[in-house]
This record gives sequence, structure tokens and C-alpha cells, in this order.
Amino acid sequence: MRGKRLFIAVFLIPPLLLYGIFVVSPYAQAFQIAGTDWSGLSPTYDFIGLDNFRRLLDDGYFWNALRHNGLLLLLLPVITILLGLFFASMIAVGGRSDRVGVHGVRGAGFYRVVYFFPQVLSVAIIGVLWKEMYAPHTGAVNGLLRAVGLDGLAVAWLGDPRFSFWCVMAVLIWMNVGFYVVLFSAAMQSIPRDLYEAALLDGASRMTTLVKLTVPLVWDTIQVAWVYLAIIAIDGFAIVQIITDGGPSSSSDVVGLRLYKTAFADGQFGYASAIGVAMFFLTLTVAAMFLRVTRRDRVEL
Amino acid sequence: MTVRPSPGETPPNHLNRAPAPAPAEATASTPPATTRSTPQTPSAGPRAPRRTVPVFSHFFLAVWALLTTLPLLWAVLSSFKSDNEILTDPWSLPSRLRWENWGRAWNEAHIGRYFLNSAIVVTGALILTMLLGAMAAYILARYKFRGSRLVYYAFVGGMMFPVFLALVPLFFVVRNLGILGTLPGLTLVYAAYSLPFTVFFLTAFFRTLPTSVAEAAMVDGCGHYRLFFQVMLPMARPGLVSVGIFNFLFQWNQYVLPIVLMQGEDAEQKWVLAQGLTALAVNEGYQGDFSGLFAGMTIAMLPVIIGYLIFNRQVQSGLAAGQLR
Repeated sequence: MRGKRLFIAVFLIPPLLLYGIFVVSPYAQAFQIAGTDWSGLSPTYDFIGLDNFRRLLDDGYFWNALRHNGLLLLLLPVITILLGLFFASMIAVGGRSDRVGVHGVRGAGFYRVVYFFPQVLSVAIIGVLWKEMYAPHTGAVNGLLRAVGLDGLAVAWLGDPRFSFWCVMAVLIWMNVGFYVVLFSAAMQSIPRDLYEAALLDGASRMTTLVKLTVPLVWDTIQVAWVYLAIIAIDGFAIVQIITDGGPSSSSDVVGLRLYKTAFADGQFGYASAIGVAMFFLTLTVAAMFLRVTRRDRVEL
Repeated sequence: MTVRPSPGETPPNHLNRAPAPAPAEATASTPPATTRSTPQTPSAGPRAPRRTVPVFSHFFLAVWALLTTLPLLWAVLSSFKSDNEILTDPWSLPSRLRWENWGRAWNEAHIGRYFLNSAIVVTGALILTMLLGAMAAYILARYKFRGSRLVYYAFVGGMMFPVFLALVPLFFVVRNLGILGTLPGLTLVYAAYSLPFTVFFLTAFFRTLPTSVAEAAMVDGCGHYRLFFQVMLPMARPGLVSVGIFNFLFQWNQYVLPIVLMQGEDAEQKWVLAQGLTALAVNEGYQGDFSGLFAGMTIAMLPVIIGYLIFNRQVQSGLAAGQLR
């Protein structure tokens, strides 16, 4: 019996120690630091209560960044999921249909492998790659536009406050669609074929089949996808920092980048922690709201 | 709401209700419509227009496949071009294969050093994650003790917090331990932040393994330690592979943790690949070494893409398992 206790302790204490020092304690300290005016360099700091949060409410830069996260939150999940569903259903039932029924498209495996490429690359590579893609003279985007005679459209994509944010959003969509195609097409494969055959026999168009049959049956997967894309939308830090660094003139700033700059460029660690706490509650609220809104009866087969 | 395949259900019901006459007669009277495999009459008639559908879907699928691969291909091609070729026409092909660009990126832009640093950190962190994660998960799945649920939820709860919340305090925790800007420090942090999902996934996996094997081994006098290392770990191999692939990509592609923890004087020697590459992209603006940047990008990209092409099934299922937690 004592041997068993010792065994449990030997196996559990090292992971708990590592986890406690580097994960639990920082999360706990974050709330505490958020209530101080700590600048990091000074050994002393004062507890200033909720002042940091009051300051947050009047911070134009924070609201500007938050607005961009809000736009991402509204558009990124919807566009990515719609594209993902579209391509996944093309792969699952886009093939020929004959007396035997509906078929997957030929080369489905190939598409699934290729679509997944951005998912295995690091955000750093994707960020640097697209920064070069958008470059005004040497970039591939403008090179293509000039090649087809649209010289007028070949603008400085990242240097123009009107476009920079949308360019970043396009990259976020580009890098995420493939994963959800794979995810949705795996979910669609578990739908019995004869349901599609029945629908087609009844004269349903492919669009109707997608909306009325496929979507309800993969609804659980769509929900999970939405939550993960929402988390990506609230973050967005790495891609924005690498591609535009929030510029020009804060036109593509996001909250994560605000936090990073407030802490490690301005040294206002107390205030930066307050931004972190705000982000945490934002994430919680969005997740809770979403789960409430989309609760829907499960479709049983 | 329930979706019910009413037309699909009809034939079996109908057959069941049929009062079983002479079977030979029944088959004879069935019209050729039910005999499905009739190669001499290919699907014709009203179904013919549906033949356009594959063309339609292939078109859209191919467009997205091009959108995904062309940027990557463009980077690889550009890594062989001269700066002059890049400046004149972004889409031209390289006039010859300039491997010297790769050499310059590897040596002078220090991509080689960053690559090595990444490899050291990820190897160490992956071993640490898998070992500690499997140990904790095994105890939580197989042993009952007071507070075990609390420990489990403490680990799993870590998956719900955004890493941004921890960034500022983490920086100071690591600095106070004197391991800021060092490879061991980064290794420990990577391992710690991989633990929540690893423990969550492996606990579920260990629970699915049959208890009879463990009991038989115990009866034969196998100790707790030998049971874990020689019986349970080998049995858990499929789960370990899935979560290992997920952790490898998570750690290899990490960006936020290194840029926060590997700053300060002399830290440049210890940078990891993701960090070194973005620094190169910023410096390239001043030095104008476009081809070197593309070569660095290609060097960073190719090993992961090649590994993925070899193990694509495992990678896809590993990542899907990671997202659907």
C-alpha cells in the first residue's frame, strides 16, 4: 500500500510542479498584476484597484484594436465555415451520380492533403510569406494583377490603411479553410450514403441537400469549428504582428498586439495585464453566448 | 428534428410484408430496374445533366488547391532567383538553380543556427511532455486517491485560458528563475504549456485500455513501475503517436512564447526558427537580400511539408483530435 502511494507521488509531483510553476502561477498572478501600476523595472508598485480597467475604457487605441477583433469575430468564422462546408461537400458528394448513388469526387484524397498545407506551417512562415506576397513591387499579388493588365489595382496593399486589415483577414481565412474542409468532410463521411440518394430521388437540388440535410447532420462539428475560429479571431496576434505590425497608423491593430506592445515596448506591465484580463473575460463571454445561441436539438440517426 | 430516409426504408418493409411466394417466380417478375449492375445500359435519360456536376466541383476544388499551393511554390521558386530577377518580375522562373542563396540564408542569416535551436528545444520539450504527460495521465486514469479529480480538472482547465493572460507574469517567472533567454528555459515552458491537452487526451486513452492485462501482470508480480513502462506505455502507442504529432507541431510552430521569452542581450544566439525568420523578414527591408529571405523561408518550410506528405494521415487525425477536444 505504501508502495502504491509513493508510486503515485513519484509520477504526479514532477508534472504538477512544472505545470504549477509555468502555467498556474502566471495565470493566477495575471489578475493580481492587473490591479497594480507596475512598470516592471521598479521593484515596488502600488495597488491601484480597478484604475487600469477605468483607463482601458478611455483608451482609444484599445477600442480601435477591439473593433478589429470584433470584425474578425463576426466575419472570420462565418466565411471560413461557409467555404469549408462548400469545399467539403464538393469532395463528399460532388462526384458523378448514377443509379448506384452519389459519389465522392475523384482525387478527394489529393484535395484533402493539399488543402491541409497551411495548417502544418508555422504562423511565422505564413506571415512572412504573405508579407512578401503583398509587397508592392516584388510581391506575387501585384505581379499577377499586372500580368493580367490590371495595373490600376496593383496598390501598396499593406501600406494603405484602407486595405491592411482586410489583407490580414484574407490571410487568416486562407490559412484556416483547409483544416475545416478536412474536418467537415470527415464528418460528412459518417453520414449514410442512402440519405443523399433518397434526397436526390425526391428531386432535391444539391444546394437544398447541403442546407437541409448535410448542415443539420454535421451541426456539432460546425459548432466546435465556430468556437475555435472565434478564439483565433480574438487572438490574431502573430499574423498581424508579422504582416503589418498593426499599421499603418493602427489600421490593423488587434488587442493581443496592444497587450504585447504595452508590456514589452512600453514597460507598462500592470496595464498590459489588465488588457489580458479583459481578453480573458471577452473569450469567456463569447463562448458562453455562442453556446446559448446555437443550442439546438441534436439530430439523431 | 429528425431526418428520416423514408424512401430508403420502403423496400425492406415491403419485402418483409410480402407473404413469401415461390422465390423463383418473384425474381423472374422483377423488372430490370432493380438489378443494379447493368453495364450495358449506362446511366442515361433524365440523369444525364448531372454529369456536369463533377466538372463544376472540380473547377472550384482546383481553384482552392491552386490558391493554397501557388504561394508556397512561389516562395520555393523565388529562393532560386537572383535579387534582380525578383525585382524585375515576381512571377518569372529562375534562370538557374542558385543554391548559393540557400547557403547564404543558412550561414550568414543564421537560419542554420535557428534551425538547430528549434530542433534542440522541441526534442527536449517533446520528450519531457510525453513522459510527464503520460505519467500524470496514467495515474489519473488508473489510480484512485483523494483529490484526483481536482488534479485532473486543474490540468484540463489550462486548455481554456488564452495564453495572452499569462504572458506578462510568465516573463517574470522565467526571469526570476534565471532562465530567460535560454534554451532550457524555453524547453520547460513549451513542455508545461503542452501538458493540459496531453494529460486530457492520454487520460481518456488510458481509460480505454483493458484492465485485465494490468491485473494479470500484477498477479505475476509485476511492480507499478515496470507495469507502466513495459506494459501500459507500449499498449498506449497509438494514442502517444497522435498526441505526439499534435505536440510536435504545436511546439515547432510556436511563435508567441519564444518572442516573449527569448528577448534581451545575447538572446539572438538562442533564437528559434520562427523568431529568426521574422527577424530576417524585417532586416531584409534594409539589406535588400530578397533571395536570401525566400531561401530561409523555404528551408524552414520544406522539412515540415515533406514530413507531412509522408505521414499525412496521422498528422490530419492527430490535429483533428487536438481541435475537437
